[in-house]
Amino acid sequence: MSTEVAIAGVGMHPWGKWGHSFVKYGVAAARAALDDAGIPWADVELVVGGETVRNGYGGYVAGSTFAQALGWNGARVATSYAACATGAQALDTARSRILAGQCDVALVVGADTTPKGFLAPNAGERWDDPDWLRFRLMGMTNPGYFALYARRRMDLYGATQEDFAQVKVKNARHGLNNPYARYRKEVSAADVLNSAIVSDPLHLLDICATSDGGAAVVLTSMDYARKHGLGQGDAGPVRLRAISTVTPTFPQAVIDMPLFSTESTHLTGEPQRTFKESIADAAYEEAGLGPEDVDVAEVYDLSTALELDWIEDIGLCKRGEAEQLLRAGDTTVGGRIPVNPSGGLACFGEAVPAQALAQVCELTWQLRGQAEGRQVEGARVGITANQGLFGHGSSVIVSV
Amino acid sequence: MTETPAIEGWFTTGSEPALLGSGCTECGNIAFPPERDFCRNPACAGEAFEVRELSRRGTVWSYTDAQYQPPPPYIATSDPYEPFALAAVELPEGLVVLGQLAGGFGVADVKVGSPVELVVETIYTDEVGPRTMWKWLPTESSEARASDRGDSSGQGPATSKGESA
Repeated sequence: MSTEVAIAGVGMHPWGKWGHSFVKYGVAAARAALDDAGIPWADVELVVGGETVRNGYGGYVAGSTFAQALGWNGARVATSYAACATGAQALDTARSRILAGQCDVALVVGADTTPKGFLAPNAGERWDDPDWLRFRLMGMTNPGYFALYARRRMDLYGATQEDFAQVKVKNARHGLNNPYARYRKEVSAADVLNSAIVSDPLHLLDICATSDGGAAVVLTSMDYARKHGLGQGDAGPVRLRAISTVTPTFPQAVIDMPLFSTESTHLTGEPQRTFKESIADAAYEEAGLGPEDVDVAEVYDLSTALELDWIEDIGLCKRGEAEQLLRAGDTTVGGRIPVNPSGGLACFGEAVPAQALAQVCELTWQLRGQAEGRQVEGARVGITANQGLFGHGSSVIVSV
Repeated sequence: MTETPAIEGWFTTGSEPALLGSGCTECGNIAFPPERDFCRNPACAGEAFEVRELSRRGTVWSYTDAQYQPPPPYIATSDPYEPFALAAVELPEGLVVLGQLAGGFGVADVKVGSPVELVVETIYTDEVGPRTMWKWLPTESSEARASDRGDSSGQGPATSKGESA
């Protein structure tokens, strides 16, 4: 039985701070993806929405909100929430129904409207909610966690703030020609190093913003894609090879947002792999591919330093060696293994339920050779990676 | 006014304050914050826990600070806002626990691996009175570390607090 489905169409609404309803971004992205696929909305049999938790009831039932906005067509509907991995989990839901033979065409949509500044917990006192308590008791923000990982890279592997700045310089350059990126401007290392420190050692320009945005993916069965001649000539459509949404394995021994502590290793000893390593490992295993097969990666650079962690987590080099790849230009478009050719979160800012889908949109354009001004030449296999709160994370592998 | 912990049952106060973890009565798994419902060990269905004081000393896993005032529900201790530092600390029980660094200490006062000790300090005052929280006190002076590195430019704490709380 086939484990692949076709990425028939992708679409995005530009990221920014537009001040509109998330529905507007989602519908724009959905229409763009359907146009890209050449599939009419009436033919969509399943809509999966990525939930947004900051936009009221309509956000909680995002799947039906988008379906209604597009005009009820009788499709089945689902809504997923998995923090930063929301889009990938939504994609997995759509893929499962297609692979089970229960439908041929599914539309997956994620969109968000975000507040300014630090992502803070929702209002109200919640003494049993670690996400609330970490702010009340410790003033621990998301950049605080990113900074812990960044500082550890410095003390253990000799990373420097200049290295982190160079990640921003690279991604800013990548995003210059991306019409969907919010920030399309060259940034120098001095710009980063002269920006205010938010959480030592990270400067303001090391940390991604929060944005409005929307992304959508149309999936079809491979049979449907063949029958309708989807894709480019002989190459056929870009194929979805793997979606990993694994949870951690006890003990989760790396401190993780929004928690106060790790799980104790005293019963088991140190685990063999970290949670983030296991996310990518599961994707590679499902795809029957390995890090050596990857031509391009989109990873979750919530901070510049986190991009370096991810490069190691997805196996592109050994632990502690990501700075060497960066310094050698390997991770720049034109280099050996370009990372975040879209410009990454550095150029987009995070729109939580849309972001994992945006990663898949970018890889699809890359594998089709349509990533104008940022094209990774000859890319055939791409991988995404991200991690969200509360044991969520995802990695998606696509290939031609 | 009497000082009371900002959260009940997570740490003790007094001259030798300590975090209050939990020990599963079936498998012995140690957890912090204290587990009240279900053991985290997937091989154990335990639902009963004993209170277990954790070691007061550990080593820094990593550290940072908050140069901007965090959003609510954080309550600032001063106006204008004064930045504070944070550390994730590895304890001998095999877990890493976050906390602020003791008042007056900053990121220049620790490195990955630096020894720290648990202290208790007031973090804000509410209608009940002053509220306390655990913090991590660096126990190796920055001068000593600076000389270890052959580096005399190590910045000491703004206000050294020594044996506090």
